[in-house]
Amino acid sequence: MAIIVERKRLSFWERLYLPQIVSGLFITFKNIFKPRVTLEYPDQSPVLPVGYRGAPTLVKDSEGREKCVSCQLCEFVCPSKAIRVTPGEISPDCEYSYIEKAPKDFKIDMLRCIFCGLCQEACPENAIVLQNEFSINGYSRGDFVRHKCDLYAAGGVMPDKIMKWKKVRDNAELGGNR
Amino acid sequence: MQTVSDICVFASVQPLDWSAAALDVAVKVLCSLGAIMLVMCFAGLSVVAERKVCAYIQGRYGPNRTAIPVVAAVPLIGNFLKKNGLMQLVADGLKFLLKEDPLPAHVGKFWYLAAPLMSLSPVLIAACVIPFGAYWSDGQLCPLSAADIDVSLVFALAVSALGVYGAIMAGWSSNSKFPYMGAMRASAQVISYELTMGLSVLPVVMWVAHSSESPLSLFEIAKAQGGLWFCIVQPLSALLFLVAMFAETNRLPFDMAESETDLVSGYHTEYGSFKFGLFFVGEYGHMVLGSSLFIVLFLGGWNPFPGVVWPESWGWAGALLSLLTFIVKIAAMLFLFIWVRWTLPRFRYDQVMRLGWKVLLPLALANFAAYLVFMSF
Repeated sequence: MAIIVERKRLSFWERLYLPQIVSGLFITFKNIFKPRVTLEYPDQSPVLPVGYRGAPTLVKDSEGREKCVSCQLCEFVCPSKAIRVTPGEISPDCEYSYIEKAPKDFKIDMLRCIFCGLCQEACPENAIVLQNEFSINGYSRGDFVRHKCDLYAAGGVMPDKIMKWKKVRDNAELGGNR
Repeated sequence: MQTVSDICVFASVQPLDWSAAALDVAVKVLCSLGAIMLVMCFAGLSVVAERKVCAYIQGRYGPNRTAIPVVAAVPLIGNFLKKNGLMQLVADGLKFLLKEDPLPAHVGKFWYLAAPLMSLSPVLIAACVIPFGAYWSDGQLCPLSAADIDVSLVFALAVSALGVYGAIMAGWSSNSKFPYMGAMRASAQVISYELTMGLSVLPVVMWVAHSSESPLSLFEIAKAQGGLWFCIVQPLSALLFLVAMFAETNRLPFDMAESETDLVSGYHTEYGSFKFGLFFVGEYGHMVLGSSLFIVLFLGGWNPFPGVVWPESWGWAGALLSLLTFIVKIAAMLFLFIWVRWTLPRFRYDQVMRLGWKVLLPLALANFAAYLVFMSF
């Protein structure tokens, strides 16, 4: 059904058009003296909100142990197939050899990554975390593939209150009765 | 003051003094170059001003990063040039110069190449008759203009209106629908508003005719505004001229020839690199020329304030000050152009035509008739 909208007849003052132009000009003129909203990016950096999803990184716990146990859940959940984990064993002479597995290599292709954060959600060890880095550059496609060492360098340490693997070790030393 | 008949007499009867004639020619060439430089400098600066003012109105900074390596390192000046986007001007010019200059296969070659020249050169020609200032010589006020002819007002209006042929030639020769539509709109618009422009100037000429023998001379018109300026005496004429000038220079809100929302970019859609640059400079040159005409006709020319003139006893300082006054006024007018552009939305084509024929033309006629009656008593 067609709805006929009654159009208000303009008054003479409004039809003159000039007063409206002048008031418009004053509005734009006032804007000249208002503070600029531009963020001059490379010189100033933006304030990132809490929970910002930047580049995914691998983190270590407060003992300096790499948290990732190469379960490959992140690799499976990654919708854009950006993650490739090469599982490996922890060498028997290492302090943490009872954890058994750690990644031999961990590759994230930042050209494929869509910053969805599903890897972070899927990770049972809280080992992969999306942090604040948003400016990702390189000169070749290879530059955008981040390896394990790059990911740990970017990730740093993320303290862990629960310390699951420490408890596992302590329990084992106490003879398994917990 | 040379009239056309004077020039004819000089050429036919008097034996030529060649050294004096050569000196005269050299001085005239220098004067013309001065006038052209003034217009081109203002055209260039108004490009920067456009980008800066529009940025400020929209809450941005505008171009403030482009830097020429050595110049930018100069203390104070380097940073000043960089922050105010003045080196962006150089970068833009270089970009136009160095880009590939394509010649589409489907265009009419001659007219396609002639159009940019046709849009820029009338501005530079008309700039030669604008009195940018005045100096005292033997107790007589003389204009600071390259050519002081007694019909300079008609000359300037006629020649500057030729600029639209650039748009029409470009639109026609481009052999493409959007440029063609842009050109048709531009020509219709110029024809419509030219009438209003001419009619709004007539009351001024009539007013000047009371005190001067050659009221069609821009110099005489500006000189007659030693007391009250014509924008105060004849506000309606000034308003009509201003609106018609916006339309003539194809500036928003009368941006019919370009109207990039519906016509890609209007008459210069098919142009690139330096040929586009010429159109661009021509457009800004038209703004400078239009501003100068408005200043001479209605804003008191080189006189600083209504009722105040630079006194004769100041000599050359007064002449320089008069030039400076004119330059400041041009800058203010250009700011108005830019300010209006970033405030008002574009008119629809039919609105432009309705405004031109049904509002402005009757108003201009009524204004003219009113002054005709007023002056005859």
